[in-house]
Amino acid sequence: MTTATALKTETDTMTWQTICSKADLVDFSGVAAWLETADGPVQVALFYLPGHDQELYAVDHHDPFSKANVIARGIVGDLKGQPVVASPIYKQHFRLEDGQCLEDESVQLRTWPVRFDGERVRIHV
Amino acid sequence: MTSTDKQRLIIIGNGMVGHHLVEQLVERDATTRYDITVFGEERHLAYDRVHLSEYFAGRDAQSLALSTSDYYAENDIALRLDEAVTAIDRDNSEIVTPLGRYPYDRLVLATGSYPFVPPIQGGDRPNCLVYRTLDDLDAIREAGRNANTGVVVGGGLLGLEAANALKGLDLDTAVVEFAPRLMPMQVDSEGGELLREKIEALGVQALTDRATQRIEDGEASYHRMVFQDDKVLETDLIVFSAGIRPRDELARACALEMGERGGVVIDDHCLTSDPAILAVGEVALWNDSIFGLVGPGYQMAKAAANTLTDGSERFQGADMSTKLKLLGVDVGAIGDAHGDRTPGARMYRYLDEIKQEYRKLVVSSDGKKLVGAMLVGDNSYYDTLMQYYSNGLELPDDPASLILPSSEGAPTLGPDALPDTATICSCHNVTKGAVCETLDAGATDLGAVKAETKASTGCGGCAALLKSVVDHELEARGVEVDQSICEHFAYTRQELYSIVQVEGIKTFSELLEKHGHGLGCDICKPAVASILASCFNEPITDAAHVPLQDTNDTFMANMQKNGTYSVVPRVPGGEITPDKLIVLGEVAKKYQLYTKITGGQRVDLFGAQLHDLPDIWQALIDAGFETGHAYGKATRTVKSCVGNTWCRYGVQDSVGMSQQIEHRYKGLRSPHKLKFAVSGCTRECAEAQSKDVGVIATEHGWNLYVCGNGGMRPRHAELFATDLDDETLFKYIDRFLMFYIRTADRLQRTSVWRENLEGGLDYLKAVIIEDSLGIAEELEQQMQTVIDTYECEWANTLNDPEKLKRFRSFVNDERPDPDIIMTSERGQLRPA
Ligand SMILES: Cc1cc2nc3c(=O)[nH]c(=O)nc-3n(C[C@H](O)[C@H](O)[C@H](O)COP(=O)(O)OP(=O)(O)OC[C@H]3O[C@@H](n4cnc5c(N)ncnc54)[C@H](O)[C@@H]3O)c2cc1C
Ligand code: HEM
Ligand code: SF4
Ligand code: FES
Repeated sequence: MTTATALKTETDTMTWQTICSKADLVDFSGVAAWLETADGPVQVALFYLPGHDQELYAVDHHDPFSKANVIARGIVGDLKGQPVVASPIYKQHFRLEDGQCLEDESVQLRTWPVRFDGERVRIHV
Repeated sequence: MTSTDKQRLIIIGNGMVGHHLVEQLVERDATTRYDITVFGEERHLAYDRVHLSEYFAGRDAQSLALSTSDYYAENDIALRLDEAVTAIDRDNSEIVTPLGRYPYDRLVLATGSYPFVPPIQGGDRPNCLVYRTLDDLDAIREAGRNANTGVVVGGGLLGLEAANALKGLDLDTAVVEFAPRLMPMQVDSEGGELLREKIEALGVQALTDRATQRIEDGEASYHRMVFQDDKVLETDLIVFSAGIRPRDELARACALEMGERGGVVIDDHCLTSDPAILAVGEVALWNDSIFGLVGPGYQMAKAAANTLTDGSERFQGADMSTKLKLLGVDVGAIGDAHGDRTPGARMYRYLDEIKQEYRKLVVSSDGKKLVGAMLVGDNSYYDTLMQYYSNGLELPDDPASLILPSSEGAPTLGPDALPDTATICSCHNVTKGAVCETLDAGATDLGAVKAETKASTGCGGCAALLKSVVDHELEARGVEVDQSICEHFAYTRQELYSIVQVEGIKTFSELLEKHGHGLGCDICKPAVASILASCFNEPITDAAHVPLQDTNDTFMANMQKNGTYSVVPRVPGGEITPDKLIVLGEVAKKYQLYTKITGGQRVDLFGAQLHDLPDIWQALIDAGFETGHAYGKATRTVKSCVGNTWCRYGVQDSVGMSQQIEHRYKGLRSPHKLKFAVSGCTRECAEAQSKDVGVIATEHGWNLYVCGNGGMRPRHAELFATDLDDETLFKYIDRFLMFYIRTADRLQRTSVWRENLEGGLDYLKAVIIEDSLGIAEELEQQMQTVIDTYECEWANTLNDPEKLKRFRSFVNDERPDPDIIMTSERGQLRPA
């Protein structure tokens, strides 16, 4: 199994970490990555919508309904114009913008600001 | 009420009408006031006699049953089958059976009728049979085993149906009719002549004007029939179908009022001359008529249930118009089809000797009303004529236009032309007004109307009319019937399918750009992915397609509840070499996979982590396995029994056939998963009749069953075609599957698709077997494309480093997911 294109997480300033490279992303879909935070490592899901107003999103990879780490493997799309990901297990929709679950008001995924820096993908902790 | 306060209600006869009465009583909660006991002489629970002939075409007693013993038990109704009532003791209000005497407060006769056997010398010889019950059919089948020829005495409706059955048993078949033409009750001499030509073209001899004098030993065959002019006919087997007579012997013996020619006299409430006793169905005589059809019987049952529960609905006579297909020939008769019951009636006739069609209109003397009609060869004219007839609609200026051929097909009457009193469904006596009422009460689709009114749940003949009325009325109410697949496309799946096919659109983004908007969603993306795969069969892991797939398809493995995946290699027909079996074991052991044998005759390996999938599949593919598509809405497995290679009962090589089928259709994507099975003989060990496509070996080839289902809503597959050779079998399956793929809704199994298919099985047969839409070749070609482009998608992925990148649990670390925790049970790992 190859991980040739994956860059090891490196902290270049205290707040913007490089989490992976652009080549690690999949167009119109998600991948999972580890993020080092002050509270320890967190699994995040990174979604890439090339050509859209906001191209990159980072939300929790952990699915609060199934308790499995699978959000990055959901289908992305939009509902009434808001970009969402559907959990691959029980199909709830989460808004990519703020992690809000559309079927259950009380459930929200965490989100992180994320941007390209050349070929790098940088995330704000 | 305690049970002792209840009245005792006994129903004699558990046939179609007797059973319908029970249902009507249950619906009216009559079980709270009656202790109900039903006696049936036959050993079978009430079954669908109307479709009795399908018993020879492969349906079994169970699938013909109208109900279950559980239903009777749940509703506290005592069902005593195989126990005939031998007498009614009106003085003591008791009935008598060989097993005892039973008191009643109310009694219902639902004893039906028996086939009339004319008093012919020798008519009681062995192998002289009748055609009414399942046991009769068993006897005919048994006798047919040692016979080459069969004769049906009687050329009426049932006689022709019996002839069809004999033909189905591979007998040289003839029909002998006393009258000068076939179906003398329904058709005139022109119609009868045409019918004879059509039926003889199908290989059934039709001998009219023949009165059988006696039956004696034959020379070449078992019997010899001697006719009035001393002509003779030899045959091995004789089936009498010379009319029916009411089974009124119990009523006669206890001196109820009887008709001159038999039948128990009833009034509008179905009461006999003894107000404690009612009669319904074919044993009952109302207004001097016996009704030999199930529709009127059901209406009597309804009236009787009303009478027993103090309702007021009455039986008011019923229409005897019929349409049916006999030996593949359409025949229809409406009202006064001969025009001999209407003074001054005039006729229009149309005869086409080339296409062999005949139609006749009988109109009132002023030419304004339709009083009857007759159709031979094409029943598509029936529905409209029936509406003119039953609703007394004024005829158009040129009534002949209703029977003349036109390039648009049979004329239709718009649903708005029908008055509220128009009968839409005659089986359940549902009017247009009743349909409108359910819509006013909030029903918003066809399904709800069906559930509410029961319309279209009897013979099904009214399905098209009902749908057009419902659609029309919904539209009139401003209900927009929105069938868009989701907010991104204003199209149904079927429409998207044709857009993709016609415009040759090969990607989701192109489709979205041209015909949709937004980003798409988890409804339309997998649906379009499936359509694209059915049409072009490009690997689903290609960059353009992979974001559309459900996670199972993306990773070509089924995601389990803890985020791990299962691995299911294809084992065609369930046949596997010991070496391959060892590889499966070794791989499972190395990656610590939980191992289970599935119902689809292959092995499931559970608990693989995402990043291990490529290595696992590499090992499997090196050993000669292919992907099993267990993750996709696609061809799953072809189950088989061991067949004639080993089994002493087998008549064909079921394993060989199942492998051919599996290799042919592997990789085919469809609206839902597809399961197949092949059995080596009628014992059906592979349970093919529970599959989307089931194949059962016969002495002469293969019987094809379609649209079965296991799962939550089991459905028996229906017999579709018999004794096919290999090539025709594949041809029909190709066409069937592609037609389903084209026209089904997303996630619709073949069973549900079939139930919603207008025109039902006959329509499906017409499309697939007779190519009535002229698309058979196209369907076959499309299937050929899929077959030709098959590629194991796991092998494809393993050869492509870009695609393999997708199989990393995390893109920036090789750590496995620490939250996947396993525990051990019965010697294997399972999710904690
Ligand atoms: C082959 C065939 C095809 C047909 N096709 C059509 C069609 O296309 N359309 C249509 O409308 N109609 C059709 N019919 C007619 C339809 O089946 C009958 O109208 C209907 O079955 C009548 O129902 P019933 O309950 O009155 O009688 P049955 O269904 O005959 O039921 C009567 C039952 O009572 C039982 N019984 C009789 N005496 C006793 C006793 N003393 N004690 C206990 N039980 C007793 C009998 O064994 C029988 O099971 C067809 C009939 C046949 C045989
Ligand atoms: C007259 C009826 C039947 C006969 C004579 C019959 C005979 C057989 C025979 C000879 C076998 C092979 C057994 C062996 O040597 O391993 C078999 C297997 C099987 N039969 Fe039947 N069968 C009949 C009816 C049925 C029915 C009705 C079903 C299911 C609906 C069925 C399901 C099976 C199954 C599932 C197997 C495979 C069992 C296994 O995997 O161990 N059989 N049958
Ligand atoms: S279906 Fe027939 S051939 Fe197949 S195993 Fe059963 S008995 Fe044998
Ligand atoms: S007419 Fe038979 S189901 Fe409606």
